[in-house]
Amino acid sequence: MPSLNYAAPTSVAEAVALLAGAPGRARPLSGGTDLLVQLRSGRMKPELIVDTKHIPGMIGISGDAATGFTIGAATSGAMMEAHAALKAAWPGVVEAMDLIGSEQIQGRATLAGNLCNASPAADSVPAMVAAGAKAIVVGPAGERVVAVETIPTGPGRTSLAAGEFIRAITLPPHAARSGDAYLRFIPRTEMDIAVVGCGVHVTLDANGVCTAARVVLGAVAPTVLLVDAAAAALVGHTLDDATLAALDAAARAACKPITDKRGTIEYRIKVAGVMARRTAAIAFARAQGRAVKGH
Amino acid sequence: MSKHHVTTTINKEPVEFLCETQETLLDVLRNTLNLTGSKEGCASGDCGACTVIVDGKMVCSCLMLAVEAEGCTVTTVEGIADGDKLHPVQQKFLEHAALQCGFCTPGFIVATKALLDENPNPTEEEARYWLAGNLCRCTGYDKIIRAVMDAAAEMRGEAKAA
Ligand SMILES: Cc1cc2nc3c(=O)[nH]c(=O)nc-3n(C[C@H](O)[C@H](O)[C@H](O)COP(=O)(O)OP(=O)(O)OC[C@H]3O[C@@H](n4cnc5c(N)ncnc54)[C@H](O)[C@@H]3O)c2cc1C
Ligand code: FES
Ligand code: FES
Repeated sequence: MPSLNYAAPTSVAEAVALLAGAPGRARPLSGGTDLLVQLRSGRMKPELIVDTKHIPGMIGISGDAATGFTIGAATSGAMMEAHAALKAAWPGVVEAMDLIGSEQIQGRATLAGNLCNASPAADSVPAMVAAGAKAIVVGPAGERVVAVETIPTGPGRTSLAAGEFIRAITLPPHAARSGDAYLRFIPRTEMDIAVVGCGVHVTLDANGVCTAARVVLGAVAPTVLLVDAAAAALVGHTLDDATLAALDAAARAACKPITDKRGTIEYRIKVAGVMARRTAAIAFARAQGRAVKGH
Repeated sequence: MSKHHVTTTINKEPVEFLCETQETLLDVLRNTLNLTGSKEGCASGDCGACTVIVDGKMVCSCLMLAVEAEGCTVTTVEGIADGDKLHPVQQKFLEHAALQCGFCTPGFIVATKALLDENPNPTEEEARYWLAGNLCRCTGYDKIIRAVMDAAAEMRGEAKAA
């Protein structure tokens, strides 16, 4: 067995050189809450672990609601939860991250790791996609900025090329009368994996009519789904019964789930419609300036 | 590859050790440093028996490479008491009989101390959610929660919680 090496580079260039120098055999390390489990089980057999946490800027949150936030890719969920301005502007994203694992997991887990682990049930991903989050990707060819939904391409697979890793996640400027929310359905209240997750972001006009929406479902397909038809069901409407019914139907129609121990295909589809309604209700209330509790 | 040389502070003492890349912080605490208070219940982040505090945040030491501890400050269950004097959390776990086999207890003690350092006046619900990553297969969580709430009251200098 080839022995496992570890490097803690202190610059992006050094990290890219290390990752590119061992294509397919090197893995970036953020919080390790997926990677260490996979190392132990033998599912992941890298030869080199590149710890990103010593690169300046990888840990920390900058920016504000008006200009947008930049979240270093190795920033833990606990740090996001402690950031009052981030929480006030993007409660859905922060709550989605906070749902991941226990308080111990929160001490280390990151948005970038959740995204790049590429689980279809990853909790923060629907919330990030709904929010219009982008990933700043660095690699041998320099830097590129992509929508987060382009990163996971299937369970455990990403679009990142050899030598590439994510330096930061950005959230756009927070528009007036907009709000986001994320809810997941699990059979208990803590420590489980989503049967269905749903992220919603809406912008309203002064009369409470929706002018823009993004509706995203998790755990009902090999990747998260940005459901344009569900967004279209909201735009031009207030959240009345007919709108909710149309949203529910559009969410159900988009699902391509599997049956597993957490739920059957039929159950997941039904729950997706319900979760879309509930999540939209919270996003609308927040866009109207009401501080409502999500999870 | 040659072993990594790691310099840390553990329970207020400077500590240096050598480790392989794949060794976790828990492996080194238990097998190299003989700090066997932290337990390995699952090695997958689910049980919390390995909980330690690293640079002020509690983490599962089974999910952290030992080499990542370079330059970090670590508190394990062995560092909770003040010499021979038990920490109020430890004292209350004894008084409330909040343990049976004791395998989960170090993790609960460290997690409870981390909770009360951050939030000296938690509600019972907050305490239960905070400790959701610590599993106990024998005691039942009620005695544990009673010990936690009583320790919190004592540390705030209040009379015994009802
Ligand atoms: C007990 C437990 C409970 C959990 N509960 C949940 C849950 O409820 N919901 C949920 O969604 N997840 C859950 N998880 C999974 C995990 O905690 C999350 O996916 C977490 O966000 C991963 O982040 P990390 O920083 O620890 O990733 P790491 O383990 O460091 O990395 C994960 C993957 O991403 C890659 N990677 C890391 N950083 C980068 C980067 N900057 N650029 C490119 N690739 C990178 C790694 O190489 C690896 O393949 C749980 C895990 C455990 C152990
Ligand atoms: S041994 Fe680390 S969480 Fe169970
Ligand atoms: S006392 Fe035995 S596991 Fe908790």
